[in-house]
Amino acid sequence: MYEGFLDIFDVFLEQSAEFYVWDNAVYLFRAMMTTLTMTIIGCGLGFIFGMIVVYFRRTPGLMFWPVRMTVIFYVETFRRVPFLVLLFLVMFTVKGFGLDFSLFTIACISIVIISTAFIGEIIRAGLDSVHQTQWDTADAMNFSRLQTLRHVILPQAWKVVLPPAFAFFVMFIKDTALTSQVGVLELTQAGKYYNNLGYSAILSFGTVLVLYFILSYPMTRLGWWMEARLHTRRRDERAEFEVGATAYELRGT
Amino acid sequence: MHHLEVDGLTATYDGKILVLDGVSIQVGKGEIVSVIGPSGSGKSTLLRVIMGLLKPKAGHVKLDGDEVDYGNKKSVKALRDRFSIVFQQFNLFQNMDALRNVTIAPVKIRKRDAQKVEKEAIELLGKVGLGDKLHSYPDELSGGQQQRVAIARALALRPEILLLDEVTSALDPELVNEVLDAIRILAKDGMTMMIVSHEMGFVREISTEVIMMDEGKVIEVGSAEQIFDNPQTSRCQDFVGKILRH
Ligand SMILES: Nc1ncnc2c1ncn2[C@@H]1O[C@H](COP(=O)(O)OP(=O)(O)OP(=O)(O)O)[C@@H](O)[C@H]1O
Ligand SMILES: [Mg+2]
Repeated sequence: MYEGFLDIFDVFLEQSAEFYVWDNAVYLFRAMMTTLTMTIIGCGLGFIFGMIVVYFRRTPGLMFWPVRMTVIFYVETFRRVPFLVLLFLVMFTVKGFGLDFSLFTIACISIVIISTAFIGEIIRAGLDSVHQTQWDTADAMNFSRLQTLRHVILPQAWKVVLPPAFAFFVMFIKDTALTSQVGVLELTQAGKYYNNLGYSAILSFGTVLVLYFILSYPMTRLGWWMEARLHTRRRDERAEFEVGATAYELRGT
Repeated sequence: MHHLEVDGLTATYDGKILVLDGVSIQVGKGEIVSVIGPSGSGKSTLLRVIMGLLKPKAGHVKLDGDEVDYGNKKSVKALRDRFSIVFQQFNLFQNMDALRNVTIAPVKIRKRDAQKVEKEAIELLGKVGLGDKLHSYPDELSGGQQQRVAIARALALRPEILLLDEVTSALDPELVNEVLDAIRILAKDGMTMMIVSHEMGFVREISTEVIMMDEGKVIEVGSAEQIFDNPQTSRCQDFVGKILRH
């Protein structure tokens, strides 16, 4: 048992020298960027589509009933589909249509489909957190729906939406590991590659683990920073306004 | 022809209970009609329906003889351009300071000149005693201060008709008079108003006509003298008796 550990350690040190070389660093960095970009593209688009989806879900009127139902069906379905299942589904559907998409594109499409559902739900909860009377008041002053959203609702919902949306994004960085199952060359796949080349699992997957951490921890910090900024923002806005008012008063005299 | 005419207005929140049950009211130009009645009698709902925030089930509202079509966006928009409402709960925009609460609609919606609007808004806020609170946010203001911001906001829209829902309910006695003075000035300037109020002395002094509501119905309509000194219905006698003793 004890000797087993020593062996592993021995192999680890012995292989390290030939593992940590420039070429491998480049290869791993590429894989890391693949992981990051597919998360950013997937969740970024998911955020935009999430907003659109919520907008339709909240459009009143009989005419929009089918749209609302479709949106609800979509959100409720795709929040329950395991990512890997969706990935296979997208891959075979794309192939079924005879399209020649890259694996990376297929991964991005899958992420968008899932993140739209999740982030849409997060945005909806954020909008719901703003009291209905704010809508009434804006209505009474002839704000349009978009004007109310832009000037009144979103600035208030933002604080509620951002933390969970960002947490979802950070969580998804590691969920993209599943795309290695269809062969996308991202971090986990890179780990498998080195492991297959004969590097010890500790060396190849341990390195990958550290790289996941390096990707996701700064993102978490960025999320905290944005959250904190949202809370102090008010003071900045007020200050700006004060400058405006003072300038105005000076003109007045 | 009346400036504002409400005829047989019926409304419900849940489709069952009639919160308004055939309410008819006429308001002439420059008149001030006060609505009184016990809690839950539908006073706020009446103002909400007039503003098009709750669709009436039956009845109609006419402005200078033209019927408002609450199913038609344009018609409702046209009405809202001529009205301002001060809500019972003030409903200030929580993400804006006092000044911006007052300026946003005139600037962004009515597209008036931003600098002129800001100047006017600062004046209005000064008039209601908030000249030093221009940049305070609603959650940094007391209830009474928020209420006064809401009044300034309503006035900045330069309405033809002003709907005031218990605008003195959150004020301490000194401020009640300040706000009532502001309303008196508006009255003198000939502003048409519908006022929901529990300030009986004020209602008596300022109203052209007083309407007593209960359970969604108009119980009695008359001059302030009639309603307070010589009510005709027993329900009205009962209510007025209670609040005057109070
Ligand atoms: N948003 C709502 N949804 C459902 N029912 C409501 C709603 N708002 C008011 N109601 C009900 O409608 C009735 C009339 O309410 P309304 O607010 O118009 O009374 P009010 O005369 O303004 O009372 P108060 O003097 O307490 O302000 C009440 O029974 C109330 O419970
Ligand atoms: Mg009320």
